Amino acid sequence: MENEIIAQENLVYKKPALMNDVTMHYCPGCSHGVVHKLVAEVIEEMGMEEKTVGVSPVGCSVFAYRYIDIDWQEAAHGRAPAVATAIKRLWPDRLVFTYQGDGDLACIGTAETIHALNRGEHITIIFINNAIYGMTGGQMAPTTLLGQKTSTCPYGRVPEIHGYPLNITDLASRLEGTCYVTRQSVESVGSIRKAKAAIRKAFEASMAGKGSSLVEIVSTCNSGWKLSPVKANEWMKEHMFEKYVKGDLKDTTL
Amino acid sequence: MIYGGAGAGKRVMTSSSSPGVALMQEGIAYMAGAELPGVFVNVQRGGPGLGTIQPSQSDYFQATRGGGNGDYYVIVLAPNSVQEMADFVDLAFELAFKYRNPAMILSDGVIGQMMEKVVLPPFKPRRTDEEIMRECPWATFGRTKDRQPNVITSLELKPEVMEQKNLHLQEKYQQIREAEVRYETQHVDDADYLIVAFGSAARIAEKAIEIAQEKDMKVGLFRPITLWPFPEKEVVAAAKGKKGVLVVEINAGQMVEDVRLSVNGEVPVAHFGRLGGIVPEPDEIVNALKEKF
Repeated sequence: MENEIIAQENLVYKKPALMNDVTMHYCPGCSHGVVHKLVAEVIEEMGMEEKTVGVSPVGCSVFAYRYIDIDWQEAAHGRAPAVATAIKRLWPDRLVFTYQGDGDLACIGTAETIHALNRGEHITIIFINNAIYGMTGGQMAPTTLLGQKTSTCPYGRVPEIHGYPLNITDLASRLEGTCYVTRQSVESVGSIRKAKAAIRKAFEASMAGKGSSLVEIVSTCNSGWKLSPVKANEWMKEHMFEKYVKGDLKDTTL
Repeated sequence: MIYGGAGAGKRVMTSSSSPGVALMQEGIAYMAGAELPGVFVNVQRGGPGLGTIQPSQSDYFQATRGGGNGDYYVIVLAPNSVQEMADFVDLAFELAFKYRNPAMILSDGVIGQMMEKVVLPPFKPRRTDEEIMRECPWATFGRTKDRQPNVITSLELKPEVMEQKNLHLQEKYQQIREAEVRYETQHVDDADYLIVAFGSAARIAEKAIEIAQEKDMKVGLFRPITLWPFPEKEVVAAAKGKKGVLVVEINAGQMVEDVRLSVNGEVPVAHFGRLGGIVPEPDEIVNALKEKF
């Protein structure tokens, strides 16, 4: 039998039903697609399809609402944590998360991010950190590494001119309102599994009313970094992980 | 937060004084673009910038012209008493939800700090979640299997689609213009002169009209209650045949532009205002009437 291999009992993997059948606008090699899939999988596995509201940012993932089949609100630049705060407080039994990049979260929306986390809003922030403004052409972001070349610091970031990289996840771990703060990545199967477990833990903490959760995904932007997808992953492992150290920074969910 | 709460179908509002409301313009424009209902109260103080904490009406342009980016309007109600401050909250919510558009109560530091008797409007119970789901099928509270996902957004990259979205908004604004104009008049029919004023300036104008009557000047009052939509036709009718129209505002001349655009040169229109937190005296208004016409 030719089709035996795709029999139900042999099924070990499938696309999450919540992922819409549309072509993604993300560049090949971008981390967004993997993280979208993990978010969709976790919502499905928690059975929260009908009780989840996502808040999408401004940036490459501005169209997150096209890809995951749930209710969404599209926030203004950086304001996603404030928007999520209102939704969660007004519908407390819903799962509310934001999905934001570093330009949106760590620059334009620093105030919203810090205060939502510090208030202990029962929301999860998924934070994609690729150390540049990817959508607008690879400009320097607060998270850009020292020495890293971008279109607005073409000779590399130097602290005398550009200041230091902002490690907002470390900051978040020191805030009393946060219950779970972690830094993950999605460049390998092992990393993807850990990132998924982290998203699940954060979503569960939100639903259990334990406080704010921040899941940073250290990511690549191979287009903005002007590297191939494989080289971008290597560059990330070599440079990004040194500054943005992976692992749980805070966990009071137990 | 107002955007988020409104997008979740709930009755949400916020209030501030001028510089705070300036900060909110981003959110108001996003709400207009995403067609979200919500109420903003601006108890105006003098500007520009940090300005002063004394009363002013100098945010008229900001409130009636949009304030944020893009082609949009906010429904603007101007209370002239503490009673109207109370009544207009319910009215603003009603209009905001009827048209899925932000509404603003444009008050000022005089009304905001005044003490007056108030009959509170009847208490309305909070809507249940089921009622909200029924009344706001567009809101985000979790996609049930029987419908498509709701997405609250003002974004559209295709210009031909965005133009249609804009045309839809303009159609809605036209409906509001036709149905929601509110105003009040006093002694207009037998008057030689007309004062046009809103909010606390209209209260002061009432006293000025009394003083003018004692001096045998016949002056009527036209008080726009909705500043947007502006009562264009109605102010034209009230101004018809008058010797002059004096627009009294606590600013350097903002609503006077709408009055001039409406009256369109048929009657002389002048402006009188005090600035920087100074509130005009009734006598000053009477003198301005004498001087300008």
